[in-house]
Amino acid sequence: MESKRSILHSRRHGIVLAAFALLVTLALAIAQFVTKDRIHDNERNRVQSTLAEVLPKHSYDHPLEDNSIEIFDQIANRYRTCYVASRNGKPVAIIITATAADGYSGDIEMLVGILADGTISGVRVTKHSETPGLGDAIEVQRSAWIKSFDGKSRTVPAESRWTVKKHNGEFDQFTGATITPQAVVIEVQNTLQFFETVKPQLFNL
Amino acid sequence: MNETADSVSDIPVDSQTTGPDWKTLLFNGLWHNNPAMVQLLGLCPLLAVSNTTINGLSLGIATAFTVLLSNILVSATRQFLLPEIRIPAYVIIISGIVTMIGLLMNAYAHDIYLRLGIFIPLIITNCAILARAEAFASRNPVVESAIDGIATGAGFAVVLVALGAIRELIGHGTLLADAHLLFGTSPLPPLIDLGEDYRGLLVAILPPGAFILFGLLLVVKNLCTPDRKLQ
Repeated sequence: MESKRSILHSRRHGIVLAAFALLVTLALAIAQFVTKDRIHDNERNRVQSTLAEVLPKHSYDHPLEDNSIEIFDQIANRYRTCYVASRNGKPVAIIITATAADGYSGDIEMLVGILADGTISGVRVTKHSETPGLGDAIEVQRSAWIKSFDGKSRTVPAESRWTVKKHNGEFDQFTGATITPQAVVIEVQNTLQFFETVKPQLFNL
Repeated sequence: MNETADSVSDIPVDSQTTGPDWKTLLFNGLWHNNPAMVQLLGLCPLLAVSNTTINGLSLGIATAFTVLLSNILVSATRQFLLPEIRIPAYVIIISGIVTMIGLLMNAYAHDIYLRLGIFIPLIITNCAILARAEAFASRNPVVESAIDGIATGAGFAVVLVALGAIRELIGHGTLLADAHLLFGTSPLPPLIDLGEDYRGLLVAILPPGAFILFGLLLVVKNLCTPDRKLQ
């Protein structure tokens, strides 16, 4: 008798909880349906505006995000996304994702735009968790430092000068922060090297 | 101040029977029983996100909406919330609300959504919200619960904004920078800007500064509310 009552009790609990779960799921499904398109647009706009920052929009006539491929970088041991910019059906530049893993705190994610002749059209940091006030000068909103890569290439400056000034290189470090800019400089250089290895493949698309 | 605090504290709020006493409810949430400064609940998001005023305000608004909606829904369904299953039911309700707020922010305040990152879904784990559901909404009518939700949410948001403003001013030398992320689309100048000459006291925007400044806020709060045990 007692156990039968407890079974009935448990069943009632189960039904009430299931009803709650069902109603909340329904509400969430509606919310997701309503916001889906806008969220998709937001994310697309965001990708587009960052891509436009590393490579001027007028230099290509084909939507970049529709023309991307993942290529495995054997040296870095990870995949990089390459957005191929083309004009009149001919590839003119590539935007490559880069990740500097040896920053001061966590990964520094970047986009590097490289023209067909191997010069850099622009570098932007898309995600990082460097120390605010010290390492975050790699953001274009905080300082113009990241623009010092514009026009550089694998040979300009010479390979041994691809480091911060403290190590006799070409690039400025920040007051109180050398590790962060150094990590960015090295990763941009690595990306240029990666560009050389994939260049034949990508420019014959 | 003294007198008010003492007389209010003598009214047992959780057993109100005669209509909504909104003054007491608001006073409790904002000051006397402030979730952040008296109950010391939800400190993880409080300390992590309060590095600028706008970040603090954004998370404050999101949290306030969550506790308001959660209180209303828990109160409205309290007759179904049998004692054995009430906690899982609260968790379902709160996580549903927070997920929905996250989706709306992602759609309509995308930059803020990206800035707050993981701390939006983590609102679910803010125990101040669960505490209000259990201690108040599950045993009070909808209107009272809604007022209590507003008071608690506002109490939490006020502390977030205050701490954010202090940390931003000391650390960055600005106040209300990047307000366009929350209000309007074109960039607005900060309310106060100490200019390029102010180098900023870095510790204020780093986690240790959050602890130190929050501690100082608690000192000020406790100086305003004398401990009755000592009297």
